[in-house]
Amino acid sequence: MEHTSWLSTALIYLAAAVLAVPLARLLGLGAIIGYLAAGIVIGPWGLKLVTDAQDILHFAEFGVVLMLFLVGLELEPRRLWTLRKPIFGWGSVQLFGSAALMVGVGLLGGSDGRLALVGALGLALSSTAIGLAVLAERNLTPTTSGQSVLSVALLQDVAAIPILALLPLLAVSAATPAASADGTAPWLAAAKAIAVIAAIVFGGRLLLRPALRWIAGSATPEIFTAASLLLVVATAALMQSVGLSMALGAFLAGVLLAESEYRRELETDLEPFKGLLLGLFFMAVGMTIDFAVVLQQPGLIAGLVIGFLGLKALVLWGMARVMRLPVLERPVFIILLAQGGEFGFVVFQAAAQAGVISASASSLLVATVALSMLLSPLLLVIADRVITPRLQRSIRGQATAVPEISEPQDAPIVIAGFGRYGQIVGRMLFANGLKPTVLDHDAESIEAMRKFGWRVFYGDATRLDLLRTAGAGTARVLVLAIDDVGQSLKVAEIAREHFPQLTVVARARNVQHYHALRDLGVTLIERETLDSALMSARSVLETMGWLPHQARNLALRFRRHTVGQIEAAAPHWRDEAWRVANARTARRQLEELFAQEREEARVRRRHQDWGGPGREKPGHDEHADGSGNAGERAPMERI
Amino acid sequence: MSSTVNPAAPATDVLVLVAHPALEQSRANRRLMEAIRRADPGSARVVVRDLYALYPDYLIDVDAERSRLGAARLVVWQHPVHWYGMPPLMKLWLDEVLGFGWAYGPGGRALADKQLWLVATTGSPEEAYHPTGHNRYFFDAFLPPYEQTATLCGMRFLEPLLVHGAHRMDDAELDRQATLYAQRLLSYPDWPELAELAECPECLVPELARPHDLAPGAP
Repeated sequence: MEHTSWLSTALIYLAAAVLAVPLARLLGLGAIIGYLAAGIVIGPWGLKLVTDAQDILHFAEFGVVLMLFLVGLELEPRRLWTLRKPIFGWGSVQLFGSAALMVGVGLLGGSDGRLALVGALGLALSSTAIGLAVLAERNLTPTTSGQSVLSVALLQDVAAIPILALLPLLAVSAATPAASADGTAPWLAAAKAIAVIAAIVFGGRLLLRPALRWIAGSATPEIFTAASLLLVVATAALMQSVGLSMALGAFLAGVLLAESEYRRELETDLEPFKGLLLGLFFMAVGMTIDFAVVLQQPGLIAGLVIGFLGLKALVLWGMARVMRLPVLERPVFIILLAQGGEFGFVVFQAAAQAGVISASASSLLVATVALSMLLSPLLLVIADRVITPRLQRSIRGQATAVPEISEPQDAPIVIAGFGRYGQIVGRMLFANGLKPTVLDHDAESIEAMRKFGWRVFYGDATRLDLLRTAGAGTARVLVLAIDDVGQSLKVAEIAREHFPQLTVVARARNVQHYHALRDLGVTLIERETLDSALMSARSVLETMGWLPHQARNLALRFRRHTVGQIEAAAPHWRDEAWRVANARTARRQLEELFAQEREEARVRRRHQDWGGPGREKPGHDEHADGSGNAGERAPMERI
Repeated sequence: MSSTVNPAAPATDVLVLVAHPALEQSRANRRLMEAIRRADPGSARVVVRDLYALYPDYLIDVDAERSRLGAARLVVWQHPVHWYGMPPLMKLWLDEVLGFGWAYGPGGRALADKQLWLVATTGSPEEAYHPTGHNRYFFDAFLPPYEQTATLCGMRFLEPLLVHGAHRMDDAELDRQATLYAQRLLSYPDWPELAELAECPECLVPELARPHDLAPGAP
């Protein structure tokens, strides 16, 4: 390739990405769809700006190679061990369950045994790239379903290695043993592959780390980056030379370095390359969709896509049920793992090279996988807009039908709202032998709480009849911990009108909520963030050198002051202008109060040799010694 | 200075400060408080301030405490004896409320001429406060800090009421003592001993040691 064409190619890719990705995000479709669409547009079936298929493949494959190196880096043996149950358990269920189901359907459909096996194994794999990218994009990585997707994806990454190793063996048993790429006998190729993998594993363990240490010792950052890239390229080249996937080699090298001290450095160095190259990879997926094959047999392709997605989704749906994933997260879990993946491309290419399946079958399967990868981000959008709202509604409907509070309760305490706030209140009461009746309208959290033995009832606390059933007529205390301000006020109003004997203990979301509750006659109100924020402020003061007890006293005084301010503002809280003016006054008052205390302490300290009994009182602010030396102010030697 | 009978004193000139960190486990102090409540249902004569109920977070409202003290003539400290002294919140109350320049020291005359009455309960019986008992001293040995605190503030330290052996005392005896206590509070200031009080020794701040630029009345 001449460099003018290299320049124009770079221009095309970068421009396409920069245009398409923000556009896709603007439409709420996500970056991956943007890349895929950009690929289709500039590819051989779009504007034909990029036509050289080899070119595309090389670019694309290196993105996957780098990604797998980084996946490998995350996969230190120890982490693999702690995740072993979800990875090997649920991962195997997904992979072999889906593959077995697909082989069965394939054989029933009259396909060749080896084709069915290779096709099923390749299609059972899912796109780690899309999966992990979507999880990151949606902030789902730490959730249960996010972890489940990751676990299954990790098993697939591991399983791809024996699957690829298996292909030459399948070719050996084939009726007409095809020559592998370099013309040697298939069994020899298999032996070489195993030898190279072994060489990478053992050689890498012994040589890579000292080599990296030596390079890092040269203290030239760009050379370390170059070495990181070289490492990946070299491993990939070594693997390719024996006809194995470059990505696998990089993956292996990654795992080997997962425990090394250079892991973080390698990650930061390669992350930007990976990001751009993955984008390129997604574009390449868009480009490699062979619309000729698709257009030749549109029915067959559509059937394959729908069929394999359906079969995989069936297995995943069953898994999600048994794993008890939250209902609302199930669509994402199913869609991300149902789609085909880039490993599928590798498997089908390798299989075609090894002669296990025909080239046309391979391109058909590759097109199927690519289409499923194009579809999955779209399916996610549909799931978000159509399925999730329905699920939400059906959960509510279901939950209402089953556990809505019906038998009269007589506990002396009713907790309305059992989210983050109410749960803490409830746990403390429970720890002291009190068993409150709990009302909440979030069916999922009720389900979870009941598992822990709580008597939680489904019920909308704004309904008078349900409050009555919950025992509000005879209870002494109503804990009003609902997070929705409107509903909270409504319950407070009902309590005042219908249950005058109730003492309402309320959670206020903010100052306006506080005042509104106050207007309804509630006096025991806590602003939900005040105390935890004050604890944090204490930690900051302590970190800055204030003594712990001094920080405590300042926080308590601040609290008393601010609570007093809010109480004083009660008659005016609807008056915006008054509030604005008063906020300024209040801040100044507090500053003056603290300044005055500091000054008094300073004077007292300067003359503390007076000898009276009160000179060493605890809790007095003595850090402001007036010397102007901030570094010395806080840590104080006291007699 | 005279602290003799004054029938025209304001109605609520008796201030009882109770400090018990675990009132739920108390026998004596609770009974003493209940006796006051029974004898003076509307707090017409006696103001009882339960410090641990008012300040469970140890954040004492100094201004409120001082204004209560200002209105009182008899100040009662009622508390169990823990480690030969007062419970921590009571001590904190002293530290924060009896400020320099207010209760003692230059210009500190806010409590002058008032009377302080200590009402203390002990778990162990009186015999334990004896050179041969496990407390090794007569109870009087633990009183000087109280007395000097009162004296420094210009208050008269009255003969304390000590309820010893509160753990084992039977209910009838406890009730008898509590009733006596409440009656005494209600009969204040018609106490015979008030007429026989000696002059309060003065504890003057040495003028020379006093800082020249000290803010007057600084707490």
